[in-house]
Amino acid sequence: MGSTADILIKIGLILIIFVISLVMAMYSTYAERKVAAFFQDRIGPNRAGPWGLLQPLADGGKLFLKEEIIPTNATPFLFIVGPSLAILTACIGSAVIPWGQKMTIGSHVVDLQVTDINVGVLYIFGVVSLGVYGVMIGGWASNNKYSLLGAIRAASQNISYEISMGLSIIALLMLTGTLSLREIAEQQHSWHWNIIRQPLGFILFIVCAFAETNRTPFDLPECETELVGGYHTEYSSMKMGFYLFAEYINMFISSAVMATLYWGSYNYPGMDWMNNLLGPTWGPLFGFAVLFFKILVFIFFFMWVRWTIPRFRYDQLMDLGWKILIPLAIANIVLTGIGSTLLTHFGY
Amino acid sequence: MESLSNKKKVLEVKPLNFMERAYLPAIVSGLATTMKHFFKKPVTISYPEEKREFSENFRGMHSLKRDENGKERCTACGLCALSCPAEAITMTAAERQPGEENLYREEKYAAVYEINMLRCIFCGLCEEACPKEAIYLDGDIVPADYLRKDFIYGKDKLVEAPLNQ
Repeated sequence: MGSTADILIKIGLILIIFVISLVMAMYSTYAERKVAAFFQDRIGPNRAGPWGLLQPLADGGKLFLKEEIIPTNATPFLFIVGPSLAILTACIGSAVIPWGQKMTIGSHVVDLQVTDINVGVLYIFGVVSLGVYGVMIGGWASNNKYSLLGAIRAASQNISYEISMGLSIIALLMLTGTLSLREIAEQQHSWHWNIIRQPLGFILFIVCAFAETNRTPFDLPECETELVGGYHTEYSSMKMGFYLFAEYINMFISSAVMATLYWGSYNYPGMDWMNNLLGPTWGPLFGFAVLFFKILVFIFFFMWVRWTIPRFRYDQLMDLGWKILIPLAIANIVLTGIGSTLLTHFGY
Repeated sequence: MESLSNKKKVLEVKPLNFMERAYLPAIVSGLATTMKHFFKKPVTISYPEEKREFSENFRGMHSLKRDENGKERCTACGLCALSCPAEAITMTAAERQPGEENLYREEKYAAVYEINMLRCIFCGLCEEACPKEAIYLDGDIVPADYLRKDFIYGKDKLVEAPLNQ
């Protein structure tokens, strides 16, 4: 590190990841509508461009041109900070995710990760916990009872599910012995994916990921039937767009985290053979494509679940979080501890 | 009470068993159901390009008919306007001048004939009331438009195209 070229490469990588996140968020809105349509035997948006591919641009243009409304009784500063914070925290989560193996371009070795901090998992958790502030501040600053109720729901839901999410991760960390996402990814070389060792942990994690991203069946903060629009009732124009964008970026990032932690990141069976074949530039890029495919599958799963099951009642949500997920997560930790101790004892 | 139809079913409310309470099996079966629909052919008909097949007695836009010689059948008797429950039809009668015999069948004809398509409920009573078989609702769906005034259809839109000589 240190040379100008390295810094330029880093900046380029940051820009690429930023653009990929935004484009993913844009096209997730399109994909969501298409997937919803297919699940309901419809066609979905197909007027803007071929197969409706320009629909996200049209939506974005519409949101930009809408009138910007700040309610008289709202707190203007916090009202603007809310969506900004939501999209900011959604974007910075991607910084620690390893997108591929170290890649060689010419004489440069490019690390396909913005920064490899040794507490990557903790960082992700910190960012995810910050995410709820955007919702909370926005809902509170709106000075509207529905927004406030949505914000309160978001806050209590995220706090409840963060506990079991953290506990489900602890079992994984007991096996990996590191908090660095790069090392966790490297440990899952070839087919040694963590899902094999932590199936229950993964199920707990994905349920909590649904709750953290406020996706159905846990989308109570924006529950239209009860709360008009939830925390973004008073929002219009691009501030509204930011909230929606943040949700999709969160979905993208949490899919990436799930793929990295449990589904082998950029590793796939037969990767050594493939890397030999493709060389040090294209091999890691192919790994990146594999990771991206896994992410897309997860995003599709998010949508699939959304168009399948209805949302929980609030007491069911709390019951599930506190009475089922947390005990299960603790049991998972105990079982993992016993299992790994026995395995080491018998010399595996 | 005893059921007469013999179709009565008494449903018991049983407490959920463990599999039902565990959510996941139910969710998986639900996911399977939606996945089945994912690969089904969509039922959508992309309207302006494709059109749904109408039944034979579909009532669409009105058309004012001509007889076998290409003369307008309407004699402006006003029975259609009278029968119209929505009061959508209005007309002005005029007398046929000498030399117009090839245009109008009777001595009296409708100089102006207007139907307000926003008022019309497509009930078909005008069709039934007409003694001259001059009006039929055998057209297409009335197209959308921007201004209310453009929904008042005059003779230019209603009268059938003249016969090819």
